[in-house]
Amino acid sequence: MITALIKKIQYAAAHSQTLVIRGSGSKAFYGGESHGTALDITTHRGIIDYAPSELVLTARAGTPLSEIEQLLREHNQVLAFEPPHFGPHATLGDCVASGLSGPRRPYSGAVRDFVLGVGMLDGRGQQLKFGGQVMKNVAGYDISRLMTGSLGTLGVLLDVSLKVLPLPAAALSLRFECDQQTAIQRVNAWAGQALPLSATCWQDEQLTIRLEGTQRSLQSARNKLGGELLTDDTAFWHDLREQRAAFFRSPLWRLSVPSAAAALTLEGTQLIEWGGALRWLRSDAAPDTIRHAAATAGGQATLFRGGDKCSGVFHPLPPALLAIQQRIKQSLDPQGIFNPCRLFQEF
Amino acid sequence: MILSLARFKNIIAIDAEARTARLQPGVRNLAISEAAARYGLYYAPDPSSQIACTIGGNVAENFGGVHCLKYGLTVHNLLRLRVITIEGEILEIGNAALDSAGYDLLALLTGSEGMLAVITEVTVKLLAKPERAQVILAAFDDVQKAGQAVGNIISAGIIPAGLEMMDALAIQAAEDFVHAGYPRDAVAILLCELDGLNEEVSEQMLQLHDILKSNGATSLRTAVDEAERLKFWAGRKAAFPAVGRLSPDYYCMDGTIPRRQLPHVLQRISELSAEYGLRVANVFHAGDGNLHPLILYDANIPGELERTEEFGGKILELCVAAGGTITGEHGVGIEKIDQMCNQFAAPELALFHGIKQAWDQSRLLNPGKAVPALHCCAELGAMHVHAGQLKHPELPRF
Repeated sequence: MITALIKKIQYAAAHSQTLVIRGSGSKAFYGGESHGTALDITTHRGIIDYAPSELVLTARAGTPLSEIEQLLREHNQVLAFEPPHFGPHATLGDCVASGLSGPRRPYSGAVRDFVLGVGMLDGRGQQLKFGGQVMKNVAGYDISRLMTGSLGTLGVLLDVSLKVLPLPAAALSLRFECDQQTAIQRVNAWAGQALPLSATCWQDEQLTIRLEGTQRSLQSARNKLGGELLTDDTAFWHDLREQRAAFFRSPLWRLSVPSAAAALTLEGTQLIEWGGALRWLRSDAAPDTIRHAAATAGGQATLFRGGDKCSGVFHPLPPALLAIQQRIKQSLDPQGIFNPCRLFQEF
Repeated sequence: MILSLARFKNIIAIDAEARTARLQPGVRNLAISEAAARYGLYYAPDPSSQIACTIGGNVAENFGGVHCLKYGLTVHNLLRLRVITIEGEILEIGNAALDSAGYDLLALLTGSEGMLAVITEVTVKLLAKPERAQVILAAFDDVQKAGQAVGNIISAGIIPAGLEMMDALAIQAAEDFVHAGYPRDAVAILLCELDGLNEEVSEQMLQLHDILKSNGATSLRTAVDEAERLKFWAGRKAAFPAVGRLSPDYYCMDGTIPRRQLPHVLQRISELSAEYGLRVANVFHAGDGNLHPLILYDANIPGELERTEEFGGKILELCVAAGGTITGEHGVGIEKIDQMCNQFAAPELALFHGIKQAWDQSRLLNPGKAVPALHCCAELGAMHVHAGQLKHPELPRF
């Protein structure tokens, strides 16, 4: 399998052909449009190593996320960053290449925080290994995290080692009626206290929060916070993570801003996650208006689903920063064969 | 030319609501938590050297410290860096939000040892102080049992805030130095700290007691108050200077291994210790697999320094062979540049050079550090040819 991939990469590099790396296609909607010959990696699958007491799992990039999550559950462990699947066949490679994390992200960390090492193929068809299966490793530059979220523009992920964590002993969710500004203030204030907060969501004047920990600690936190207990909260957070809730229709913008940034006044409807740090916006407003509002608040805006991708999907970078990113791209993929324009139109 | 940032030591701002601190690179690690304390917040990564070490250095080495299994390394606690490139451009890497467009340059710069750009400002995340922290001290008559206990604690779903192991020589040295209350006759001790909500700590403490007992702990002591908790930790935090009292010189190593490899690696280190005739004290961040063997030697004895360095090199190679790495948090610098050839193949090292060039075309920042020139690996291979096995035969010889 790997030999065949290497041959295809070397051929593409020699013949100025472009390649579109394909996992399950679960995140194909995300990022700019890329054209080229499909390089399918879904058959490169299987869990390579998993030792629960080491808190590390290594699997091939084509391994379905559901298979990984099931194995972890059997040992009371989880991928703490709650990766969105966005499709029944989502793979580990889809997850790491897209760099997307779910509701627990502000409290547990993002996918990039759990990536320990990668095996990969670069644009010359060389098989390379970075990082490893250990949590502390500063030998060489952190290529594993550089690969995370690079949308396949730097190379083909072959295998990934992830840190995993114990499944929280218990969870409960509480709901409060409040406006957007109050919700932002509350979730920021709560995050500054010793509370087992693990997810937040504000929508339609309702703030829902999730607490995770041992039963007794949840009870004591609940007594402190009040609110109304949400039944069937597993489905609620799952639907939020998978964007099955009715809110998530295109054009959908993803605004990443400082958690305490004041409520943004923009045309359209908003849903707020991540303790205030992630503001979803369903809006037909002009891209420049949206990007300007996000930037003024100290953050960035991404056109997440649908809309007109002509003005770019990701927030434009200052020229000096773009130049460095472009040179990094060239050092891994000198012929520019992988996923052209998926990240930025310039490469 | 030396570019010193030591005078950039101002805390620019603490935003209590957003739980962030903007810092100049020369701010000491401990000073961040001291300044944040009035808001009930703190900065989680706490290296033993936190009184002196600076946040700029922590970023350059991606420092971990004793609480990183639960709270992560420096890279997990950063939001933004302001850097100056060798071309004189001021860049903002990351932002006050949780993610930013393009490649993860924040992660790339963290641990890059000053090779890519000069850091002039750092924004870190602050966390709410846990309601309660409690530490337990467990003694063992066998390293293997202590190692097994570590695995079982984690398999039981407990993520300790700190989980440290020390071997006999380190225990005795620390006890004689700071009188932390360590059992001098133990072969290994574990220091295990739990933190979080009051109820959670209570529940997990009971569980922890059972696990340690069933793994053969010969004694168990829970710190009765904050003073005793700090005393238990004082022994660990003073382990390096304590070992320094045993010998005119010591050489501190920093490898990381998968935890399950610990008994094997310690066994091998003790064999090498006998072979080289040099004593070793082992201090181990057991939670994350980061091992700090301290080799005791006397630089006044001709040839002993060289033998010590060779022994140290062997330990690092042992870590790589066990599936680990040559440095967990101290960095490569110049000292471990030879072992980089052991951990990485030529195309990987070539890629590191490519990354370096993307930032610093003329290689003016920290020249000669962190990543060896490819021909150096070839030369090194030639120096250590064993049984005719030449390292990196693919490389041209100079």
